[in-house]
Amino acid sequence: MAYLVRNILFRTQLTRGYKQFLFAGSKYFSSTSIEGSASLDADDDVPHFPGLKSKFTDKLEFVNAEEEGHIPVYRVMNRKGEITDKENEPTLSREIIEKVYRKMTLLSTMDRVLYESQRQGRISFYMTNYGEEAAHFGTATALDPEDLIYGQYREAGVLLWRGFTLDDCMNQCFATELDRGKGRQMPVHYGSKKLNFVTISSTLATQMPQAPGAAYAIKRSGKPLCVACYFGEGAASEGDAHAAFNFSATLEVPVLFICRNNGYAISTPSSEQYRGDGIAGRGRGYGIRSIRVDGNDLFAVHNATKAAREYAVRESKPALIEAMTYRIGHHSTSDDSTAYRSKDEVSYWDKLDHPIARLRRYMVSKEWWDDEQEEKWKRDARLQVMQAFGRAEKAVKPPMKDLFTDVYDEMPRHLAEQYEECSAHVSKYPNEYPIDNYASNE
Amino acid sequence: MAAFGGKFLRTKTFQKQKDLLKVLSKRNLHASKPVSATLTVRDAINAAIDEEIQRDDRVFLMGEEVARYDGAYKISRGLSKKHGENRVIDTPISEMGFAGIAVGAAMAGLRPICEFMTFNFAMQAIDQVINSAAKTYYMSAGEVPVPIVFRGPNGAAAGVAAQHSQDYAAWYGNCPGLKVVSPYSAEDAKGLLKAAVRDPDPVVVLENELLYGLSFEVPDEVMKDDFVLPIGKAKVEREGTDITLVAHSRFVGLCLEAAEELQSTHSVSCEVINLRSIRPLDRDTLVNSVKKTNHLISVEGGWPFFGVGSEICAVMMESEGFDYLDAPVSRVTGADVPMPYAQTLEKFALPQIHNIVNTVKKTLNIQQ
Repeated sequence: MAYLVRNILFRTQLTRGYKQFLFAGSKYFSSTSIEGSASLDADDDVPHFPGLKSKFTDKLEFVNAEEEGHIPVYRVMNRKGEITDKENEPTLSREIIEKVYRKMTLLSTMDRVLYESQRQGRISFYMTNYGEEAAHFGTATALDPEDLIYGQYREAGVLLWRGFTLDDCMNQCFATELDRGKGRQMPVHYGSKKLNFVTISSTLATQMPQAPGAAYAIKRSGKPLCVACYFGEGAASEGDAHAAFNFSATLEVPVLFICRNNGYAISTPSSEQYRGDGIAGRGRGYGIRSIRVDGNDLFAVHNATKAAREYAVRESKPALIEAMTYRIGHHSTSDDSTAYRSKDEVSYWDKLDHPIARLRRYMVSKEWWDDEQEEKWKRDARLQVMQAFGRAEKAVKPPMKDLFTDVYDEMPRHLAEQYEECSAHVSKYPNEYPIDNYASNE
Repeated sequence: MAAFGGKFLRTKTFQKQKDLLKVLSKRNLHASKPVSATLTVRDAINAAIDEEIQRDDRVFLMGEEVARYDGAYKISRGLSKKHGENRVIDTPISEMGFAGIAVGAAMAGLRPICEFMTFNFAMQAIDQVINSAAKTYYMSAGEVPVPIVFRGPNGAAAGVAAQHSQDYAAWYGNCPGLKVVSPYSAEDAKGLLKAAVRDPDPVVVLENELLYGLSFEVPDEVMKDDFVLPIGKAKVEREGTDITLVAHSRFVGLCLEAAEELQSTHSVSCEVINLRSIRPLDRDTLVNSVKKTNHLISVEGGWPFFGVGSEICAVMMESEGFDYLDAPVSRVTGADVPMPYAQTLEKFALPQIHNIVNTVKKTLNIQQ
């Protein structure tokens, strides 16, 4: 429809050339009906429609997704922490696995402290990562540190793996002088150029078409890298998601679409979010290789991401991973999920199918980890988090100047004038403003 | 019908424009160097894209129909053949999709020129333009620049009604983080687009379909591949002493014609300012002109509410320009209705020369 309108639009530009084209076109149409019959028998059983690779059938059948069978959930480690097929023994080293475990639990500890600090009014907003830790670390460990990441907002674990520290998180949430983002973004909207993690955008799925755009830049550079783009199953309903899938396939760029299907988009369950075979099921329609994995299984997520990454970089094509998981926490501090889901449901995932517990069972079975280590690490992790929390709460806020910079590469005159006026005013009345709470403009 | 109307209108304007430019150049009223070549706005834009793709291997053009079809308005004619499919890229149909691709590519170090078939359709990509392109540099604390150009026809064309005729200058001009230019002549079109491509910030280039086919006489320097105009500087197209007319895009041409008529019929000397840049707005040129003429009228094809003219009024209220005004500033704008299709209604919905002339007479208290 829009296309038709656009063609009408072009008619205002009618030129002689276009008229000739129309004229030639009408001749063409009249001739095919008569002269085309000569070669009709040659390959009559092969369809010639543009862009179609298919065959004719004389059976009247509609494609029915429900009857086609659903994409299975790839899993390496069962809920008990056992590797179900010895062939699939994890390739990650004990050292890496322990490091992942510590970071997963550290993230969980930080989530608890920052969630509470929002409840106490110390920060405006927070989002926890409870229950989705394996999806974060399973993907992060399979990526190259130079791969560019576009997150949605609930991927703090990916950043922690890349070297974002507790202090970095705290300074962002408390908007201190040390925040890399200069106190401009609402809590959990992290970003780090150094760690190749693009600053989080709040508008859902807006990052999805950007990811293949960045992947196009990587393709042009010829570097053996890719872009990893995270999103939720709710965000996948945005038009941006469709555009991103379609463009990445047609543009043939190395991008990994990593869906955290955590069952809920705030209160909307995934059963009301889509029909068909979930997010992975869409891959086929777009011509994108897709896989569904148990997102609570660190090893399955890691393996899938590693294989997808190798494929994407080698072939310069997109891949789609749907990591099935469960959002154990509320959507954000603005949400109370007891209004729309039962305590029993949440409790099941928390107690019986938690990615951290599953990994611990694996480590215990290998005799890499025991209760004593667990208790000691819990205390240590809590201490680390509280120390970072204390430092951030005491730190001064960003300088007033940061209000005005970075709107443009060069500060425009009206902003420079306002900044100077503001500075002069505050300098003149230092006792009227809490200037000690802010870093100096120098 | 629509096509015929469009063609007719364009040809008519074209002739008037040419005559007018001849007059102007004879009188040597503008500051440019002696003229020696003619250039259509379409060719000026084409040359700007061609030269910038040639100059910098990070630059590429992306949009619907820009490669095989040479662009819906033939702006990119020949560029795909010349520079290849990596530099001039046809995309599937989705404004939010290719705008997002372009934003992502800019974030990753390329310098995309993103063509919208019309800025009316860019509404489907507004999130990418505003929430991402305009705000990311600030939100990322200066870590993620988005050097991108969004360009395409803006404002009313002819006979294409409400969803093809809106002027978005005020919309984009409202947003910090964006620079917005709106060229009138071939010189503007080339110099401003090249500046936009080279600019580290995201720039919206609002062209006009009815200007694409117009020829302008241009100084030699415009034809050179290093010709760039500064973003944020207006151009005094015609000097005058009695009243200042300020406009952008196609309505600069109408102001020049109105000025000519007022000179010959009422001996009124109009100064005509071509804004060129909507954001930043060249306050100095506006205020300096008002200091000389003491009267100001803004003319635009867009709607009156919160429009470019409203901002120009605010500039006068908030600057020393206010002290020099001998009469209130008046605005001549598009009618406050969605654009109708019927030719006569469409005509009445846009500023006409007689609207400008009448407003000047009213402001200067000329009775006849």
